[in-house]
Amino acid sequence: MQAQLPFYPEQASNFAPSVDSLMTFLILVSVFFSAAITAAIVIFFFKFHRKSKDEIGVPIHGDMRLETAWIVVPAFLALAMFGWGAVVYVDYRHAPQDTLDIYVIGKQWMWKIQQPNGRREINELHVPVGRDVKLVLASEDVIHDFFVPAFRVKMDVVPGHYNTMWFRPTKAGHYQFFCSQYCGTNHAVMGGWVTVMEPSDYAAWLSGSSGGDVNPVVAGEKLFAEKACSTCHLGNGTGRAPSLNGVYGGTVRLADGSNVTADDAYIRESILAPNAKIVAGYQPLMPAFQGQLTEEEIMSLTAYIKSLQSQPVPATGAGVTAPGKK
Amino acid sequence: MPEEHYLNATYGIRSWLLTTDHKRIALLYLASVTFFFFIGGIFATMIRIHLLTPQGYLVTPETYNKLFTMHGVAMIFFFLIPSIPAVLGNFLVPMMIGAKDLAFPKINLLSWYIYLVGGGFVLYSFATGGLDTGWTFYTPLSSVYSNSAVTPAVIGIFINGFSSILTGLNFVVTIHTMRAPGMTWFRLPLFVWAQYATSIIFILGTPVIAITLLLAGLERMFHLGFFNPALGGDPILFQHLFWFYSHPAVYIMILPAMGVISEIIPTFTRKPIFGYAFIAGSSIAIAVIGFLVWAHHMFLTGESTYAALAFSLLSYLVAIPSAVKVFNWTSTLYKGSISYDTPMLYALGFIGLFLIGGLTGLFLACLGLDIHIHDTYFVVAHFHYIMVGGAVMGYVGGLHFWWPKITGKLYPEFLARMAAVILFVGFNLTFFPQFILGYLGMPRRYHNYPPEFQVLNVMSTAGASILALGYLLPMLYLTWSMRYGKVAGENPWPATGLEWRTPSPPPTENFDVTPVVDWEPYDFKNRPDLGLATPTGPALSPAHGDD
Repeated sequence: MQAQLPFYPEQASNFAPSVDSLMTFLILVSVFFSAAITAAIVIFFFKFHRKSKDEIGVPIHGDMRLETAWIVVPAFLALAMFGWGAVVYVDYRHAPQDTLDIYVIGKQWMWKIQQPNGRREINELHVPVGRDVKLVLASEDVIHDFFVPAFRVKMDVVPGHYNTMWFRPTKAGHYQFFCSQYCGTNHAVMGGWVTVMEPSDYAAWLSGSSGGDVNPVVAGEKLFAEKACSTCHLGNGTGRAPSLNGVYGGTVRLADGSNVTADDAYIRESILAPNAKIVAGYQPLMPAFQGQLTEEEIMSLTAYIKSLQSQPVPATGAGVTAPGKK
Repeated sequence: MPEEHYLNATYGIRSWLLTTDHKRIALLYLASVTFFFFIGGIFATMIRIHLLTPQGYLVTPETYNKLFTMHGVAMIFFFLIPSIPAVLGNFLVPMMIGAKDLAFPKINLLSWYIYLVGGGFVLYSFATGGLDTGWTFYTPLSSVYSNSAVTPAVIGIFINGFSSILTGLNFVVTIHTMRAPGMTWFRLPLFVWAQYATSIIFILGTPVIAITLLLAGLERMFHLGFFNPALGGDPILFQHLFWFYSHPAVYIMILPAMGVISEIIPTFTRKPIFGYAFIAGSSIAIAVIGFLVWAHHMFLTGESTYAALAFSLLSYLVAIPSAVKVFNWTSTLYKGSISYDTPMLYALGFIGLFLIGGLTGLFLACLGLDIHIHDTYFVVAHFHYIMVGGAVMGYVGGLHFWWPKITGKLYPEFLARMAAVILFVGFNLTFFPQFILGYLGMPRRYHNYPPEFQVLNVMSTAGASILALGYLLPMLYLTWSMRYGKVAGENPWPATGLEWRTPSPPPTENFDVTPVVDWEPYDFKNRPDLGLATPTGPALSPAHGDD
């Protein structure tokens, strides 16, 4: 409650000022209409109160000009609210390029968070100030929701889906986060703290990782071999399955002629239910991994596949184009 | 009081339990929805006491989760949805159109028994382990993870749905086929228009919630993978199906209340309602557009940005007919002959609370703002302003307005005005602080909360105790008045509707002779039978003057 306006929470991200301005606009419109209607009711109530027992009112049936006015004017105000709200929302739903990607897994009733270098946290999230941060959200069980009031952002964490959210912290400090989608018994204690640090402090914190944390790329590479992915997905494109070098972030051409962007959700689906989308030029041979991998393992595999994109593309696998080479 | 009327025409428990008289069935519903209101109210009281302290004052987390779930299920499915249609609608729709009964009197009784069976299953669920899924039953929490008695609850709500569908069907057929001679569509009381719009939603929407909850139940019992991703289902599909009904269900709750307000305001201003056709048309518009806004509950589930844009725009569209109603009601006061009788206090209170409820709906429909306030106490405050501030104020106001017709007795006016004011004050003190809590970031459905939110929570609990008093008072004095109230007479206010042109309480057949309607709705000027002055002369001046 220590904010700019008494009933606005602290502003600590790029979205906080825009959401607050929107709020102020809607409050002003609402106060105007409430005040006008209330004033009319109070004035009429006293001015036209019944003066004799058998008095009746003046029979006025309506007025076309008034009806038109109070349909058209609110319609324009509504359009303004819609438009302004849409601008903020579309910005929020489309993360910029080159974000700091952090994996967040919700499970009853804790948050498991993994930094890009593999450092793990539980119910804690460390982020640098001034950097665009993207959270990739997955759930091990029911629907959760990651909500940081000081950032004015939240997003549902849905089992079977990847959702992403992004923000740019603007102020160092500690900010509480909550689970805001009811998820069972301990829903109310499934929260924690975001620590926003100066970039140098963040870098120092990140490298101070305790020995147990394994870099997700390394963990993913190990899984890639263990689960025998590497027997078909050969790096040089000669295997029975497409090469994965440079796949992440690019456009993949499918057997049915359509194109799909190889994002986290596509990679996830291709691992769990490979027959849902077949890459052009390949046979549907891959076994489904539905139910055989944890969300963390999938995220490690994705991180590994993502890391492959910086390597040169040795052979152009059929239908696979590297980013920027449409 | 008339010698013989619908209450004393026959005696004995059988004459009530086997009645096909729409007025008696209305009273059966009155007793049963009041029972569920009482149960839901007890849960609400416990919730508010628990939230007095940040760490939670009264119960364990499991119990708290069950309290808010059972509060929602009892209040929404077994009180709010049936309250005005099945009590006031049942009593009034045939009388307002000059009919002897509904089109299908036996089906009307069947509706009540179906309601009882559904309610029985839900009470069984409450008594054997309770229910902790939230009234929204989101999967896979409800279909896989919850350890509470979900199955009997979804069976109960499934069964109860048929009660709504049959009531809706009965009203639509009755309004189409049984209007008295001269009762054209544009002479219908606006309450009847509102019931008609509500009935459309009952018929089109209820089957969807019934089948959705059945699917969730089947997934729970037989592990069929509809919604559980581990079985190849999609939890978001459940939300689409659930809200396809449950958003229109909000209009099931508020439209009939708007109908009540549209009857009260002309009566206590003694003038025709301003913009009759716009109020009638806006009810239909709300019912139709209300089916196209459901995914505004899902802006942050990861749904496509384009879908979110469309649903946000449509949600703003549905706000306009609601605004039209408020403007027309307010304008009706202009140059009226306004009295301060209790029903009018409820109507004015309704306008104020519905205004806040409706305007804060614009905040939630706003995509950018919803990112922050979705799933917080802001939402809790908003829908209580609509459902309690709107629907319940309308229901209680309507009960007062038609109480003399239903019972033949007047309630104590001073106490009733006091109760109306207490309700209004208590309501605002309970729920206004929750808007602020929501914007500050307190998520809903929390059994404990950060200490900085305590002041606002204590205010809310204090308000709730005033609110409880406001509900207890009418329960007491209305019951008291049935025996000791002053005799009301045929038309105490007076009002213009057909239901006021028959004795209070009415005879079983409603009217001795079928009425013929040759006047426009809410026309006080050309109704010498009301015994009122006209603007130009005394009471008995020539009846059909110019207009």
